[in-house]
Amino acid sequence: MTSFNRRDLLKRGAIWAFILVELAFFSIAGRFLSVSDAAFMDLDNMLLLLKQSAPIGIIALGMTIIMINGNIDLSVGAIFALAAIVMLDSMNWPFMQGLGNWAIPLAWIFALLTGVVLGAINGLLVWKTGVDAFIVTLAAMLGFRGLVFMYNGEQPTSHMNWSLVDFAEAQFLGLHTPTWFLLGTVLILWLLMTRTVHGRNAYAIGNNREAAVNAGIKVGPHFVWNFMLIGFLAALSAVVFYSESGSVNPNDGMLYELWAITAVVLGGTKLAGGYGSIISTLGGVIAIQLLRKGLGHIGADTQTVNLVIGLILISVLILDRQLNSKGKEELKI
Amino acid sequence: MTTLTQKDVGTFLAKQGILIAFAIFMIGFALANQRFIQIDNIAGVMRSSAILGVMALGVTFVVIGGNLDLSVGSMMSFSTIVVLDLHDKLGPALAIPAMFALTLLLGAFIGFLVGYLRLNSLIVTLGMLSAIHGLTLTWSGGKNMDIDDKAGTWFSFFGQDRIMSIPVPILIFALVAVVLSLLLAKTPFGRKVYAVGGNGQAATFSGIPRARIVFMTYLISAFCVATAGLLQASRSMGSQNTVGQGMELEVLAAVILGGASLMGGAGTVFKTVIGVLILGFIQNGLLLVGLDFYVQYIVTWIIIILAVWLDIAAKRGRLWSPIA
Repeated sequence: MTSFNRRDLLKRGAIWAFILVELAFFSIAGRFLSVSDAAFMDLDNMLLLLKQSAPIGIIALGMTIIMINGNIDLSVGAIFALAAIVMLDSMNWPFMQGLGNWAIPLAWIFALLTGVVLGAINGLLVWKTGVDAFIVTLAAMLGFRGLVFMYNGEQPTSHMNWSLVDFAEAQFLGLHTPTWFLLGTVLILWLLMTRTVHGRNAYAIGNNREAAVNAGIKVGPHFVWNFMLIGFLAALSAVVFYSESGSVNPNDGMLYELWAITAVVLGGTKLAGGYGSIISTLGGVIAIQLLRKGLGHIGADTQTVNLVIGLILISVLILDRQLNSKGKEELKI
Repeated sequence: MTTLTQKDVGTFLAKQGILIAFAIFMIGFALANQRFIQIDNIAGVMRSSAILGVMALGVTFVVIGGNLDLSVGSMMSFSTIVVLDLHDKLGPALAIPAMFALTLLLGAFIGFLVGYLRLNSLIVTLGMLSAIHGLTLTWSGGKNMDIDDKAGTWFSFFGQDRIMSIPVPILIFALVAVVLSLLLAKTPFGRKVYAVGGNGQAATFSGIPRARIVFMTYLISAFCVATAGLLQASRSMGSQNTVGQGMELEVLAAVILGGASLMGGAGTVFKTVIGVLILGFIQNGLLLVGLDFYVQYIVTWIIIILAVWLDIAAKRGRLWSPIA
């Protein structure tokens, strides 16, 4: 029993230890290699890092719950893009223009609703057809991207509203608006997964779906709720990001699903389902962002980042296999 | 003479549904636009499908073996960039085998991780997607790659020439498809791929070297990717670093459309070819009847889900899933 606890502690602590190693490495290496004089551990730099983690981070948090269920969602990048277009375009609608700044919350609601509806489509398909979530969302990734192009062709969609930009760039208690959204999402989802029946069911379904069904858990509706949740979060991520930038290209958000999954896996969540934590995913998100910033800080080219992240992901998998007995079994999607 | 029961019809539809759907599409588009069935149009579609198609053939082996390969898109970018770069440094005769060797090395690495170390193929190939992309950018220095002397080389043969008025990419696609189809359907190796994907444990107990078979499927996939990279490089004689980006999921869509099961153990090379052609002809047909390019994405979405849904509905004998 004690060995189990030690292992568990080791696994939960691993991502944070990795972050500390990264911080130490880049601080020391930065002294010798950095072109700029600024220290890596500069407070402003770290605050910026949190802010830049927010878009992928919010999606990755939702992906954690989907993956704890034993599902996956490959369509989040397309949902992200479509929600962004709806938000920016809706502010150009005639009746919205008359509303002044009241158009902003309304545009947000439209965008978030878009995400929820798209997520519900995925969830209902997974529930009612019984087709694997991997296939349903893979197809939806293409389909939703088609909807994105349908909206405005290959043209970018833009809307500039300075009070919106001011809000997105504001700092409250030192933290940027996107950071607050990220931390708020972490808090709510952490409560959801650790303090509610829904969270307990999520783990139960991922662990053993048949047993969960026998225990009376309604698996289908549970999936639908979670897909609506990740749709909502993908849209929230778009709201946070595009409130500041004000312009979206139809190709935006591509490969976001893969970045989000990478962060979740770094955080230790199992693809097979039944294991994972919101807080560790936050660690995974921060670790990736640190790596990007750190490698840039010591003068490495952007291309090195991809190489390093890929190799780290594989190393984590090898390490995890050594630490975790469940990993030795044959995993299937 | 046996009578057809409703169940027989159902099984028939489920087994040959993809061919029937294909036929209906072809007839519909042909009625809507005469140009659709003209030889040059059909040849054009097949030629532009060849690159995606060759990659899909390799991924079919990986999927039947019970694994996934998400790295083929970025691996294809790698092969394209490498062969273009080496072409000007070593000449085409050396550049092509060198590129094949390097790509096979990447495939062997993935095969080792998934086959011998038994790591989850989704995450391994996801990591490799990122890592190989980094490798490609490092190789090219982030710049586009171009062949300097485009007129003075025979390198364009693979992507642009014709033999007996048939475009070479189609011939290469057909050749690879026939060889791999025979390999999968007629050899002991092919049977072992099905066995490993169908039930890995049972295969191990009956003495099939699971690790080696999985390793081989990734080598085959890498070989196909290298071929696709050659076709791509030869067709355009120059390339961006991101030429294959996003193709991994299109390839997978074609393979799934062809009826290969993601659980492994089911699928054929022939049906994957049909899946590839369906994607190609839908794209072409929708454009010819005057619809915008994005409609193909939406149609593909619906077709993939319908195809897989009907397939499993026939297997379980009821339309709606039994999920509570």
